[in-house]
Amino acid sequence: MRSVLATALTILSLSTAPAWAARATDGEAKILFWQAVSSMNPYLSGGSKEVYAASIVIEPLAGFDENGKMFPRLAADIPTLENGGVSADRLSVTWKVKDGLKWSDGSDVTAEDVAFTWRYCTAPGGGCAQRAKFDGVAKVEAVDRLTVKITFDKPTSYVYGPFVGALSPIIQMAQFKDCIGEKAQQCTAANFAPIGTGPFVVKDFKANDVVSFIANQHYRDPAKPAFATLTLKGGGDAAAAARAVLETGEFDFAWNTVIEPEVMDLMLKAGKGRVASAFSTTVERIHLNPFAVDPSLGAKRSTREAGPHPSLSDPAVRRALSLAIDRDILVEAGYGAGGKATCNVIPSPDDFASNGVDWCLKQDIPGANKLLDEAGWEMGGDGIRAKNGVRLAYLFQTSTNSVRQGTQQLVKDWWKEIGVETELRNVPATVYFGSDPASPDTYKKFYADIEMYASGFETTDPAKFLADFRCDKIPSPNDGWQGGNVARFCDPAYDTLIGDLNNASGRAERAVIIKKLNDMLVNSGYVLPIVNRGEPSTIANTLVDAKINPWDTQLWNVENWKRGR
Amino acid sequence: MFTYTIRRLMFAVPTLLVISFVIFALLDLAPNDPLGDLPLTIPPEVREQIRASMGLDQPFLIRYLLWLKQFFINEPLNIFEQMTGITVGDGERMRVLSWATRSPVVDLIVQRMPQTLWVVGMAYLFGVLIAIPVGVISAYRQYSIFDQIGTFVTMVGYSVPTFFTGVVLIVIFSSYLQWFPSIYDTNLVVNDWSSFVQQVKQMVLPVTVLALYNASQIARFVRASMLDNLSQDYVRTARAKGVKEKAVLLVHVLRNSLIPVVTVIALGVPTIFSGAIITEQIFRVNGLGQLLITAVQGADIPLVQTLTFIFAVLIVLFNLIADVLYGILDPRIRYD
Repeated sequence: MRSVLATALTILSLSTAPAWAARATDGEAKILFWQAVSSMNPYLSGGSKEVYAASIVIEPLAGFDENGKMFPRLAADIPTLENGGVSADRLSVTWKVKDGLKWSDGSDVTAEDVAFTWRYCTAPGGGCAQRAKFDGVAKVEAVDRLTVKITFDKPTSYVYGPFVGALSPIIQMAQFKDCIGEKAQQCTAANFAPIGTGPFVVKDFKANDVVSFIANQHYRDPAKPAFATLTLKGGGDAAAAARAVLETGEFDFAWNTVIEPEVMDLMLKAGKGRVASAFSTTVERIHLNPFAVDPSLGAKRSTREAGPHPSLSDPAVRRALSLAIDRDILVEAGYGAGGKATCNVIPSPDDFASNGVDWCLKQDIPGANKLLDEAGWEMGGDGIRAKNGVRLAYLFQTSTNSVRQGTQQLVKDWWKEIGVETELRNVPATVYFGSDPASPDTYKKFYADIEMYASGFETTDPAKFLADFRCDKIPSPNDGWQGGNVARFCDPAYDTLIGDLNNASGRAERAVIIKKLNDMLVNSGYVLPIVNRGEPSTIANTLVDAKINPWDTQLWNVENWKRGR
Repeated sequence: MFTYTIRRLMFAVPTLLVISFVIFALLDLAPNDPLGDLPLTIPPEVREQIRASMGLDQPFLIRYLLWLKQFFINEPLNIFEQMTGITVGDGERMRVLSWATRSPVVDLIVQRMPQTLWVVGMAYLFGVLIAIPVGVISAYRQYSIFDQIGTFVTMVGYSVPTFFTGVVLIVIFSSYLQWFPSIYDTNLVVNDWSSFVQQVKQMVLPVTVLALYNASQIARFVRASMLDNLSQDYVRTARAKGVKEKAVLLVHVLRNSLIPVVTVIALGVPTIFSGAIITEQIFRVNGLGQLLITAVQGADIPLVQTLTFIFAVLIVLFNLIADVLYGILDPRIRYD
């Protein structure tokens, strides 16, 4: 019945308006997330899949476009120092909500909704996954119907944290007012179908399976969205998702289709679609443990108390290990269009990316051998180097994932060529990235000589991310292994520079400091960046204007999607 | 018989309590972290708050008792309220919530149940309907061509795993012949003839895979049981009395042969509810099996715990049913 109605509406609107400028005239768009969506509330579920799905419905005050440039969504404009939106002391920022903006139920969007969103996420007991977006926020108050003022507890150089980007969208106060704190969990209906301002409205939500959307009749642009309905299906695996777009043509858009390059090439031959990768800040890195990890050390393993690592504390060894890796081959073998070789911990935005550490981009096995020879690590009869009874034999761990295991194997072979023995180990991701302090297998405990994983930072500013490499953030039993400095990098000069970064406000000034911090990390040799990972999406040729965005949700411009003719 | 049933039911209560405790302890000891899949950009303090909101900051025993209360008191009360419309107390009580979806586990199960019952239940039914005649004929015409082929097919069906037959069928019937879809459309609403045809079409492959497996297993039992009975003295007596061959086979032998088969069928019923995990995953049927596997992968412990426990209840229950049926079917067996 609904579809009949939709068709009738389609015909009706087709006859009254030009096809390119009418709402709901293009039928259905089908999106496939092979990891199914479990909730539509990004505040309760911090996974990317939930954040992206929710971004179809609920929006922040401002978002980022595909070039990382901020643009207003619910806000009338972006507050700056120049237009007086940001106070001169950098203690507060004032946003204006667009006038006449409506929720999908027809009621008005007001500054109260924005203030409420802050109260919702910061309420104790709520377990808000995006709590960190509001760090340093003293209060958020509605000054008048459309003006909202965010006050920070100290002068803040980057004021665009709260309510910017898909991680902190505005929710409707009327719908969530009884869902504060511990009650947040129980508002299933609201969590599954939040009322929003976005181009689509949730019609039906089947947890861990499929979400159906219909066009929002109150969307601020009367000509959008072009599609009448949107289906977001979940389940299966990455290869099947890519196949559904590229070979069978059952779907228009598949997110996160990380598959082997040769398989992807085969699918692309059908000519039904393309792969686009959003290169943001995610970098696959190898960390060399600066501390001893011998099991005989017991509870002291992998902490400062264990003392320095017998061989990895030698800078020559660290540099040789990095030089032996051919990053281009790793990209070619495991990532294809979804990766770029890099030596930077901060690979983007462009003006923050350093080129001071490019020495590591080119593989140099003779050079690495020479370094080790000079440092006194002599090749033994078994082809493994040793010095004073210490052999260059390492345990190298990462999470279970076919691309990572391929990378491990290649790296092992190269290290073999410079006389280093490597034992490989992989741990299931939910255990490896888990935070159970009793588990010996987490990446934070780092009970291995060498480990690999990827991380990056959200938004376009890396200040918080870089601050995680401070000495006081090294995980240890004292903080329940929670510290962010998994690499266990420690340099007092670095810590001082982080302080400078927090006081610097001009973008150019920040860029200089950020590059310097990046170079300190990489030149220390404890952090080996390998690949800047993209988030590949597969897009059908018949879907027009679906643009990949590394700085925000992949569905950031879903209101502009239309069917090719 | 009645007192026996009551006694068994009473005994089931401590059994199930022990089972629920063992499941809870096992899941708790496993190193899976429900937050392991979250982006690394979420800082540890926030993770700690999320864990607290899931109730993970409580000690093990408290969490177990809380689950017991939610499952045995709150959930039944909730069902009672929904069925009768009567509100007990203030109507506000904590239900068993899934960590991944933050929605009541029981609602998720109710949403997934129909698909599993349709696909897996249908496959079980077809399996039984195919297995009995095949087993009977195979046994009656032992070592005939039919028996040889039947034995071969059932052995293959029994020993080849469903994840293999499933993919083979997809390659043949979906990719090559394009007769049936490979992905189950979970949004399909059957309201007219064409949608009914579509529903049948998308059920064909998963049902075939499972029916083949079930039929193979049961057919072997039927055949063995028939063979046992065919050589019994009462069969010779019946034939000597001049009873027609059809009556000998279908009335005397089949009835007696079905006694052990009924037990096997009854014990297999709980597997319908646990869903054919692998088959549902291959064809993307949104049933209970798929729900369980995504919950396991995401370390959604309340969901895994509740589902596993419900399966345990079903297994205990159908064991009892099988025993009782045995007593009813076989007059030689008396429990009292």
